[in-house]
Amino acid sequence: MRESRFLTKSFNHKSMQRIVNNPDDLVNEMLEGFVEVHSDLVRQLPSNPRVLKYIKAPVPGKVGVITGGGSGHKPAFIGYIGENMLDAVAAGEIFSSPTAKSFRDAIKAADSGHGVAVLYGNYSGDNMNVKMARADAEDDGITVKTVVANDDVASAPKSQPEKRRGVAGEVFMWKVGGAKAALGGNLDEVIAAAQKAIDHTRSVGIGLSSCTIPAVGKPNFHIEPGTMELGIGHHGEPGLKITEIQTADEMAAMCLDLILPDLPFESGCEVAVLVSGLGATPVSELYVFYRKVSQILKASQISIHRSYVGNYFTSLDMMGVTLTVMKLDDELKNLIDLPCNSIGLKQF
Amino acid sequence: MQYFINSEGAVVLSLVIKSIQENKDYLGAVDGEIGDGDHGVNMNKGFSMAGERIEAQHGYSDACKIIAEALMDDIGGSMGPLYGSFFKTLWRQSRNLERIDAVEYLGMLKAATASVKEIGGAKVGDKTLVDTLEPACAAFEAEVISSSDFDSALAASIKAAGIGRDSTKEMIAQVGRSARLGERSRGVLDAGAASSFIIMESMHTAIRAILHG
Repeated sequence: MRESRFLTKSFNHKSMQRIVNNPDDLVNEMLEGFVEVHSDLVRQLPSNPRVLKYIKAPVPGKVGVITGGGSGHKPAFIGYIGENMLDAVAAGEIFSSPTAKSFRDAIKAADSGHGVAVLYGNYSGDNMNVKMARADAEDDGITVKTVVANDDVASAPKSQPEKRRGVAGEVFMWKVGGAKAALGGNLDEVIAAAQKAIDHTRSVGIGLSSCTIPAVGKPNFHIEPGTMELGIGHHGEPGLKITEIQTADEMAAMCLDLILPDLPFESGCEVAVLVSGLGATPVSELYVFYRKVSQILKASQISIHRSYVGNYFTSLDMMGVTLTVMKLDDELKNLIDLPCNSIGLKQF
Repeated sequence: MQYFINSEGAVVLSLVIKSIQENKDYLGAVDGEIGDGDHGVNMNKGFSMAGERIEAQHGYSDACKIIAEALMDDIGGSMGPLYGSFFKTLWRQSRNLERIDAVEYLGMLKAATASVKEIGGAKVGDKTLVDTLEPACAAFEAEVISSSDFDSALAASIKAAGIGRDSTKEMIAQVGRSARLGERSRGVLDAGAASSFIIMESMHTAIRAILHG
């Protein structure tokens, strides 16, 4: 057999250690549970159960802010619906873009007549479905503008920003865009703020194990025990290199070595830091990783204004971590500091 | 015959649906080599949904529209908009035709392939379904020009689609998720090229069966 990082052997889904019924029903059943638990914040559209909206959306007078993406990244994407955050989210199958119809329905659910900002990640399915949804929504008289996140430095060289993917930096983009809209920004101002947020943000991930889509029933790819993949994508897209597993401190240093020169982040600047687990890594280890990130940034005279550590943007049951750093100016600082209430991010 | 009757053509799409269903595991395995392995699952889901909605009164164009809507409104991903556009264009181009002959079918095929290229932004050589569709379309056109025979044009397009599919094996992916693999995407077929071959082969085989009476 061909040497491959990708396994082709099939497994019966009963051999997966997962909490599912029929894997084909996973997304629908997850959404059913989610909206019941969080009925104080979110509601399912009666006409399209694959779209969730903030209970107060459309908020009168406010620009609508929405996103959408494949499922399996909890708390992204639906976990960021809420006060001063997202107004609506379209949910796709696991790791698969939502339909154009769902994006369109999310746009409609968020529109109060002041236009809608669609803030999403740079993946081909999402690009196509948003493009179609935008055309449909504009036919219905809704003004739609978009920002496409491309914060993953490992996904393409700096010279090809249009090929870079969006990863955990999307959380900062949503936070900033949601805050700008909540403070009364018009559509162009919301788009400009969200664009600035993502332009000032860089991320990189380290994968320690593969992940399994339950309906597929076998790991998406393979990482040898004792090795790690630097620069891995949010669906297991290959990274920059596979190395022997390193210490937490060394992992933090490797991520910052990629992130800091890319923007670049220079001494004297202020940043927000987000460390997210990929789903199956213990949160306690994320703090060990963060500790070194903080030490290196301080040694580089980069001051940390605010940090987030936890599972903010995951990849099913993958083990690993992503580091995201955003360079702040006065506007971004105000927007990132604004209180918010969503399931994935609460700030008071 | 040199044409088929639109209102009697839903059987063509029924064979397409059946072929996708039968190849669910094959498409999953091809996708699993360099993608996330869900291509067979998602294609099977979308085409099966469409299959349940196609009824006796539906013709070829109706069935194309039903498939397009199932893919676009219920499946999403990348294949939803790509194959959704393909079948929606086949519907749009044929809905007012009572009989579909080789020249009309050529126009439909060209427009449908163009719509896939437009929405996905891929061209020949990028390791996508375009590498199957475009040569199939070109071979169909060449045969129509040289022989004006619908049946042999369909046969030529199936052959070209297979060669096009196989050509993706040695390509490096330029668009879509597998583009990130770079050199590592070489050596395996593109899943979209593989599924579009199944669609072209089954659709054209079914039309040929009608032409043969």
